[in-house]
Amino acid sequence: MNIDWEWIGTHFDDMWTATAEHLALTVLAVGVGLVVAMALSLVALRWRPAYAPITWFTGILYTIPSLALFTFFIPFFGLSLITAEIALVSYTLLILIRNIVAGIEGVPDAVVESARGMGMTERNLFLGVQLPLALPVIIAGIRIATVSTIGLVTVTALIGQGGYGVFILRGIRRQFFTETLTGTLLSVALAVVADLLLVAAERRATPWARRREAV
Amino acid sequence: MIRLVGVSKVYASGDRPAVDGLSLDVAEGDIAVLVGPSGCGKTTTLKMINRLIEPSSGTIEVAGRDITSMSPSQLRRSIGYVIQQIGLFPHRTIAENIATVPRLLGWNAGRISRRVDELLEMVDLDLAMRTRYPAELSGGQRQRVGVARALAADPQVMLMDEPFGAVDPIARGRLQDLFLELQQRLRKTIVFVTHDIAEAIRLGDRIAILNVGGILEQYDTPADTLRQPANDFVVDFLGSERGLKRLSLLVIGTVPLEHGPVLAETATVDEARRVMADHGVDWIGVGGDGRLDGWVPAADLDGRHDLSGLSLRRFQSWLTVDASLIDALDVVVTSRTSVAAVFDGDRYLGMLTAEAIARAIVQ
Ligand SMILES: Nc1ncnc2c1ncn2[C@@H]1O[C@H](COP(=O)(O)OP(=O)(O)O)[C@@H](O)[C@H]1O
Ligand SMILES: [Mg+2]
Repeated sequence: MNIDWEWIGTHFDDMWTATAEHLALTVLAVGVGLVVAMALSLVALRWRPAYAPITWFTGILYTIPSLALFTFFIPFFGLSLITAEIALVSYTLLILIRNIVAGIEGVPDAVVESARGMGMTERNLFLGVQLPLALPVIIAGIRIATVSTIGLVTVTALIGQGGYGVFILRGIRRQFFTETLTGTLLSVALAVVADLLLVAAERRATPWARRREAV
Repeated sequence: MIRLVGVSKVYASGDRPAVDGLSLDVAEGDIAVLVGPSGCGKTTTLKMINRLIEPSSGTIEVAGRDITSMSPSQLRRSIGYVIQQIGLFPHRTIAENIATVPRLLGWNAGRISRRVDELLEMVDLDLAMRTRYPAELSGGQRQRVGVARALAADPQVMLMDEPFGAVDPIARGRLQDLFLELQQRLRKTIVFVTHDIAEAIRLGDRIAILNVGGILEQYDTPADTLRQPANDFVVDFLGSERGLKRLSLLVIGTVPLEHGPVLAETATVDEARRVMADHGVDWIGVGGDGRLDGWVPAADLDGRHDLSGLSLRRFQSWLTVDASLIDALDVVVTSRTSVAAVFDGDRYLGMLTAEAIARAIVQ
């Protein structure tokens, strides 16, 4: 198996385009996933009996093979971005909801009691206290969701949505090892970079936790 | 200022009431301490006053208004609230923590900043603390921030649930001192919960002794409670050393002092011998006109005509007029002369004897 350096040298433009596509698909999926997960988490936090069915349902979604999920929606939305994103978003929900709920419930009771006792409204409490304090756990969920979505996006090439999967698929079809390897390595590299950026974002968003480590 | 009328609370999961028909009046500027064994409903009672818990029946008024006539958040912003675990916001700096209620009330930044400085000073914390996070403070410092935060919007009423329960005894003593000193100045109406009877006696203007089921056994001043416990439960709860606990409440100023065996420099040795015999002591104090210069043992008077020119010994055992009788007793029983000289500033007021203290106990 030889690596065709010349092919690599002449395909940087394609790689950039694929990177942009791959990133866009990922960001959209995690972004929409976060909004949906936040809404479902709020329901579960407000009304605890809803938590079990919500995790049960999103857990089932998580176990459906991605190819099957794409195939299921193709009759409705065709080989479209919507089909791709429905599947990608579905896979982020379980991990995001679990971490949002765990993060919010992990805020110490005394902190919540003193916040209410000082006259914060439920909205003040959620946005000003619970959410910021849950951030490390929520971002941990976003990291897992992002990394696994980046891996999954390679499959969306099957329904013509671009990304690194294009290299991988084409390489397999043409039995051109260099192209498949390029797509795979780029996907791994993007996942690593995204994860590191999210770690950095978490540190920026939680200065109090950093200061405590220093003490 | 705070009035509870027939307040009861039955929790959904409880078979008997946590609080049963409690009526209580707290006068403006008073500290009412709720004290009683664990599970007697102290926390439940406190939380009903700021509506963290809704009573099953009865009414509660704060500053003449039924608390259900206000929204809970509006009510709570007007009441300072301090809990044992403090509940500082770990993600906010000390200054931001203290600013919580003023921010909710919409004060402008300048006013908030000035108020934060003022409060830090009030609770004896360095202004450098402003930018620290709670995790960087000691337990005692955090509790001070908790108190400052509760005082931030200058509420008339404060609710405090075992606020000093989690700190070591030395820090607790300091916090209690600070608390009493602040209260002298601020005159808040305070409901203070503790399970420690000594703390209740020390801090309370009145103490409400609660029994399991939230039953009020006695509501009285600490001195009256110690002198006349309402029933066996209260006697048990007050524990041993009731007399000594009362002494800790009385100050020297309330006890009549004796002039003592004290004469002016110009008095003769014969006079001195007579005074010593009258008092049954073997020493004589020298002074006059609100002064007490010192004392000499009888033996030093041999061969002299009057009390001038003696080398006087200083009284090791002296007290100020605002000391408690328990401190006075300690000084008296350990002193060489069995009395303590009492001063008001530099002015000599008289001698305190063990007998005078004993009379104060039985009174
Ligand atoms: N949220 C609750 N649900 C059910 N029972 C409670 C709740 N809070 C307190 N209790 C019960 O009410 C009683 C009084 O509790 P509490 O007011 O916390 O007592 P204290 O503060 O004097 O220790 C206890 O028997 C306790 O178990
Ligand atoms: Mg309690």
